[in-house]
Formats: sequence, C-alpha cells, structure tokens
Amino acid sequence: MYWEPERECMAREDLEQLQLERLQSTLYRVGTHVPFYKKKFEQLKFNYDDIRSLDDLRRLPFTEKQDLRANYPYGLFAVPLRDVVRVHSSSGTSGQATVVGYTRNDIKTWSNLVARVITAAGVTKNDVIQIAFGYGLFTGGFGLHYGAELIGASVIPISAGNTKRQIQIMQDFKTTALVCTPSYALVLADAMMEMGINPNGLSLRFGLFGGEPWSEGMRKEIHQKLGIVATDNYGLSEVMGPGVAGECSECNGLHINEDHFLLEILDPKTFEPVPEGEVGELVITTLTKEAFPMIRYRTRDLTRFIPGACPCGRTLKRMERVMGRTDDMLIIKGVNVFPMQIEKVLFEVEGVEPHYQIIVERENHADKITVLVEVMESIFFDEMKKQRMVVDRIKSRLASEVGVSVDVKLVEEKTLERSEGKAKRVVDRRKL
Amino acid sequence: MLKIRNLDAGYGKLRVLKNISLHVDAGEIVAMIGANGAGKTTLLHTVIGLIKPMQGEISFLGRSCARTSVGQIVASGCVLVPEGRQVFAPMSVEENLLLGGHVLQKTQGRVAVLKELEHQYELFPILRERRRQLAGTLSGGEQQMLAMGRALMSKPRLVMMDEPSTGLAPLIVRDIFQIILRLRAEGNTVLLIEQNAKAALGIADRGYVLEVGKVIVQGPSADLLANSDVQRAYLGREKIDEVA
Repeated sequence: MYWEPERECMAREDLEQLQLERLQSTLYRVGTHVPFYKKKFEQLKFNYDDIRSLDDLRRLPFTEKQDLRANYPYGLFAVPLRDVVRVHSSSGTSGQATVVGYTRNDIKTWSNLVARVITAAGVTKNDVIQIAFGYGLFTGGFGLHYGAELIGASVIPISAGNTKRQIQIMQDFKTTALVCTPSYALVLADAMMEMGINPNGLSLRFGLFGGEPWSEGMRKEIHQKLGIVATDNYGLSEVMGPGVAGECSECNGLHINEDHFLLEILDPKTFEPVPEGEVGELVITTLTKEAFPMIRYRTRDLTRFIPGACPCGRTLKRMERVMGRTDDMLIIKGVNVFPMQIEKVLFEVEGVEPHYQIIVERENHADKITVLVEVMESIFFDEMKKQRMVVDRIKSRLASEVGVSVDVKLVEEKTLERSEGKAKRVVDRRKL
Repeated sequence: MLKIRNLDAGYGKLRVLKNISLHVDAGEIVAMIGANGAGKTTLLHTVIGLIKPMQGEISFLGRSCARTSVGQIVASGCVLVPEGRQVFAPMSVEENLLLGGHVLQKTQGRVAVLKELEHQYELFPILRERRRQLAGTLSGGEQQMLAMGRALMSKPRLVMMDEPSTGLAPLIVRDIFQIILRLRAEGNTVLLIEQNAKAALGIADRGYVLEVGKVIVQGPSADLLANSDVQRAYLGREKIDEVA
C-alpha cells in the first residue's frame, strides 16, 4: 500500500533530477535569505551556481547542533516570522533546546510525508490510532497526528504518560495502532500484565515506533508481548520531525523520503562517505523545507544504507534502524562501544528481560562497565548455578561482540527505572 | 519527457540562464513564471534549438538535444507557440495552419494533414469561420488561437507556449487557458511560460519561478500559490494586504 505511489516508486533517474532541481533552489534560498549560510558561502567563495550534481553537495560545510544554538531562536529561519505558522523546539535529549519553524506549506509537506510512513506501516483510514508521543514543543505528537488525520484514521491524541489511562483507553476505544517509543511499548506491555489484561484480547494490530534507538531483539519482544507488527520510523525536529523515513510492512529497514531529504552517511572521523552498506553518521539536507531549510545537518545518528531493492516495490532507498549516536559512543579503554551493541547481545540471551542499564565508572584509572539486567523471576529465584550460567553466557557474548570485558549483574524484574519517553540506558559516572 | 540539467545559455557573452534544471513529465502542464527579462523566452528558445546552450544538458524523450537542429527537434515532437503570435499576416488562416502541417505532410502525407486541420477547426471553431480571412485581420485572441492551431498541426508531444495571454482581454485569456486544459485532456504535455502567474499556476500541475536567470522556487502549483515569496513578487498579495 502506498500513499504517493508516483513518488514512492519513482525511477532513480527521475528522482535524481527532482533532487537536483530542489537542491539548487534550496541553496539559492538559504544563500540569499539566511545570513548564516550567506556568510558561510561567502567565506568558502562558494557560488550556488556551481552545484551541478548531487555529489557537489559534499563541497558544502556542515550545519551542527551548535549552529542552531548560536542562532537561537530565529536566526536560521529562511522566511520572515509572519510567514511562519508554527514553531517547535527540539526535545533537547542532550543539551540546550533549539527552535525550528514551519510555513503553511511545510506543515502540508510534513503531514504528507508522515502519511506515507503510516501507510507504509500498514495503517489505513479504518484504523484507530493512539498517539502516545508527547504533544507540545516536541515534534513527535503533532507530526504523527497530522499524517494520521490526513490518511483518515481515527486519531486519539492521548499524548505521553499516564500508563494506566493509556491502557484503559486502548481497551475502551478499541485502538488498533499505537504510536510511542519502543521502550514505552514494553512499559505498556508490563503494565498490562500487572493489571491482568491480556494484550491478545485488545484490538491492537500495529505499532509505529520512533524517537530512540532500538534493536531487532526488542522488535521481537514487542511482537511477542503485544502481538503487533512493530515498525520503526525516523525523524528529528531539526530537519522536520517524524516523516524523514519509515519502515514498510516488510520490516527490513526504513524507506527514506528521498524526494524531500538528501541523506549522506559519512565516516564520523574523516567525513568521507562510507562504502555502500557500512555504518556511519547520518547527515541530512532538506530539499523542500521553506521556513527552516538545513544544509548538511549532522544528526550524530549512526546508521547505514541497506543495499538492494525492497520487495514492497518502493524505490526509495532504505536505511537501517538508527543504531546509536556518535555522542552516545562510549570510549572504554580506547575501544568504541555503542549501547546498541550491548542491547543486541542481551536480547539474544534467554530469560533476559528487555530492561537494562549500562553503568560506566572509573576505578583506579581504569574504565569499567557494568550492565544491570533484569531477568525473569524464575531465574532470579532459581538456584545459583542457573544464575551463574546466565551471567557467564552474557559476559562471554559481550566480550566477543563488544571487545571489552563487561561486568554483568542480574537484578529482579521491575527494579530498573522505567521511562515514559526516551529511555535512559547509560549512566556515565566517570568524571572525564 | 523534457529534462534540463544545469543549463547555461545566453547571447554572445551574456549569460542569461544560470544553472537551470527542470523537467516536464508526460501529461503534465508545467508553468514557468517570472518577470520580464528573467530568461523565460531564452529558455524556450534554447530548448527548441534557436540558441545553443553554453553548458548543461537538454534531453527530449530520452534523447539528448545537443547538436540537433530546430527542424529535427520539431520533427521529434516539440513545438513552440511564439510570443506575440507571429502568424503570417498576408496569408489566410487555413494557409497558416497548413504551413504548420509540413512536418506531418512529410511523414504521414496529405490525408493526415487534412485530418489534423479538421481537428484544429474542432478545437478552435472560430478559425473555421475565418478560414478564408487573412491572418492579419484577426483579433488578438483569434491570432493566438491560430498560432496554437498552427503549432498543433504537427501533432506534437510537447507544446511550449510563450506568454499566450500577452495583450489579451481577461475573458479571452480565460478561453485560451481553457483550451490549454483541453489540450492536456487530449494527451498533450504543455510547458507554459507566463507573466500572469496566478492564471498560469491556476491550471498548471507544477511550476518553476525564474528570477534573473535562476530557478528560485519550484514545486506543485498549489504550494507555489501558497508560497509567500511567490505571493509577494508575482501574485500581488502585498497590494491586497495594503488595501485591506
């Protein structure tokens, strides 16, 4: 099922023509309307007439989160404020918040792109969609809301939090599609167990998850516990919000809305493109944004392009679910460790619950990682031997996967802190 | 159908078009709007082969137009309805139309030309009434229809129109634009160049805004009509605001 088949299944050659046209007019607009870019282009003696292919984009400078902060609040807007109909602010997962704006056309584009993502996930106008992303300055709630309304689904704008009420409404309103962070989906699943509600008795069929990195293991876990098709979608407020990319029902990577965004995957050290299919930092250039265009925005998100065609028929290139952030990257005894690598291992071990916390400390000038993992009650109260076995299994797998030795501590179910939004997985106690 | 990439073109040393990229898909009406001197006519003249590009590529129906003569481009199905009609004033309406049929005559013969002539008379009934009249004696609107009919006589795939509304009364402009819509309904593809931005975007699927030789905005017509830069520069919103 497609929302805009003529775009989603476009021939590559036509897509590239469209991208080039849009890139050229975007560069013209930022170069004339945004003092920040105008100055940057002048410093580089860059003339936007010189952009003659998509590869020429690489000659342009990056835009960093810091640039957004330095131009707080409206410095990077490309239109006067009277043309802006909406202002959002980044959720500030790390650091000071930043401000982004939308024109009427931007809101229209946004709705349309989210409608693509929602349709690709399998949701139709016959669905009842419960949006448990925060509304307000965070782009998640409104973004999904617009897309869902556009396709004609029945939208429940419940917003984030109040788990019991979420479940109550899910039950009473016969919700068929759930929108939230993947970790919150598991929180909901656990709460249902506690309340004695069988998820299979609900009408829930689809889960559209985003806002934080997750793993294939977590997808399985969600599928098992809630019995739904769980798809991932990607976006960030700096370039628009949700709607940048989303998985189709094949669940094998996120189709990028390439007619509206140009994505590069670069080596975070050299800033050269990584070989096709390898992991690097995602850098995004917007092609159609009016109020807040972004040129080569460094997302700090780590992912890779997935080579090959998708059986769904979309020709839009796919990216892997975000595997972590360059700034989440922990350097342990000189080895780069990503929390996602640890999560992946944990999900492969039987009896381990999908809740964990990574604690990093420095003892006698040596880094030490401890992973706290929740395990099923049966294992916890079982004989010591069984516990030992689980710990050893996790340890040896982590050592081979991550490359550093990791301490593992089992904890009882529901002892780790639960989050209603983005889960905090890493506690770094080192004073670096 | 038509693809233009990084086109630079102009006259002598004067570069009028700077790095223009645009495309027209089959069955679309695409409007190119912009003020006088923005380079709109230069663009059409470059596509049809009257001006050689300085840089960049133009391809029509997947084939490059480099080193193609005007005659070959017209024969491959791309025609231009020039600005200011430019009908042959001392010739009759029918003679003008038949002149437009010379390509068809060569490839498909006399019968096809006469059949196409009949088709033009159906599309523009006024031309049938005036068939024996000298083209120079027609009104502005009738001359515009004649210029369109003459271009359509070659049964083109892509019709490029240069300012069809210039100097015409609003009611006639409406008729001309209705005919453009009908052309599309009959399977034609249209690249429409206009100063009358509102009317052009009103019938087009997509549009490009040209300013001093550069495409500054492009997108679906509805988006351009809602774009405040376009509104200020071409749709006169500012004036309306002031009055209100």
